[in-house]
Amino acid sequence: MRLIQTALAGTLESSDAQVMVENAGTGIELSIESDVINQYGRQIRETVLETLARLGVENARVRVIDKGALDCTLRARVECAVFRACRIEKDFPWGGVIR
Amino acid sequence: MRRSMLFVSAQRPALLKDAYVYKPDSLLLDLEDAVAENQKDAARFSLYHALKTVDYRGVERVVRINGLDTPHWKEDIRVAVAGGADAVRISKCEKADDVRTVVRHIEQAEEEFGAEREQTLVMAALESPLGILNAYEICTACPERMIGVAIAGGDFRKSMQTRYYPGGLEMLGGRSNMLLAARAAGVQCFDTVFTNLDDMEGFRAEVEQNKQMGFDGKSLISPRQIAVVHEVFAPTQKEILEAEKIVRAWRENSALGIGVFTVDGKMIDIAFIPGAERVIMMAKASGLYRGDL
Repeated sequence: MRLIQTALAGTLESSDAQVMVENAGTGIELSIESDVINQYGRQIRETVLETLARLGVENARVRVIDKGALDCTLRARVECAVFRACRIEKDFPWGGVIR
Repeated sequence: MRRSMLFVSAQRPALLKDAYVYKPDSLLLDLEDAVAENQKDAARFSLYHALKTVDYRGVERVVRINGLDTPHWKEDIRVAVAGGADAVRISKCEKADDVRTVVRHIEQAEEEFGAEREQTLVMAALESPLGILNAYEICTACPERMIGVAIAGGDFRKSMQTRYYPGGLEMLGGRSNMLLAARAAGVQCFDTVFTNLDDMEGFRAEVEQNKQMGFDGKSLISPRQIAVVHEVFAPTQKEILEAEKIVRAWRENSALGIGVFTVDGKMIDIAFIPGAERVIMMAKASGLYRGDL
């Protein structure tokens, strides 16, 4: 998927995460802020990168502010931000690349 | 059994993952009023992953979709079916065709996502005088999927040009008509939310009235309200003992080919059995009966 615009999804509430994605030159540039970065930083990183790869996003600058989100919440926020950045608003591929 | 149906905003991940711990009979996972217009997409992503990931421990998962007058409801149905929700609640339902339209889209989604046919049930929220007047046609529009109907007090009161009054006289016509239609159609019937969380006495009084009128349960907005509903809807020990005697006597007598008999001096026939069995079921759900029936 090719990002057309900068997009944001999620909130800074507890158990949530805010994800911002924007188009970037080459590769994935990922930054993560989290109060639990020492315990879960690697897991958050893996979840975000796995989700981007599944969606076929190859070039993006991604910023995650984690507030203790579960993996499923993190995946939901990354997917939402990417689909918003691609300006896709209906006929989402539930069970396809969204899973 | 659906005594307590707790609304949870699909926009709030913390609620989506934890609400089942309060043990309502059903969760109403809300894509409609509790979700801001510009967050409908985000709520669907959260809902999908919650449905796929969270073990709700047997709590029924009903997705409230946006009204058929919005651009959102078709995608709401797709995500509900793809996620494996147990049922869809139709907002602002006014006629039988609304139910048929939603069911048609559910069927399409079940085919698209390889879900079992008739996996997803439906219920309808009646929020206007027209919805109430068409309640029986709505209740009977899709017998194989229809759970029941719920009245939505906020919009109904507004369209009747009234407001909330203690005692609920302003809702009497709507509630009564909907109950009659639901019972005639053989589906369940649920009362509206009680929004003043500081008035637990008023809430209990309304739940007691709901039980007296014959409702199956109530839509709720706070976990604090669940215990009151379960307590009020629980049968008394006297009712449980009487029901147990009736069911046992029915089994013994019907095995002997006897259709009419007496229990504690009262004449009993087959008409009493569904009610007695329902009392036993409610008693089991309330943890008040551990017998072998």
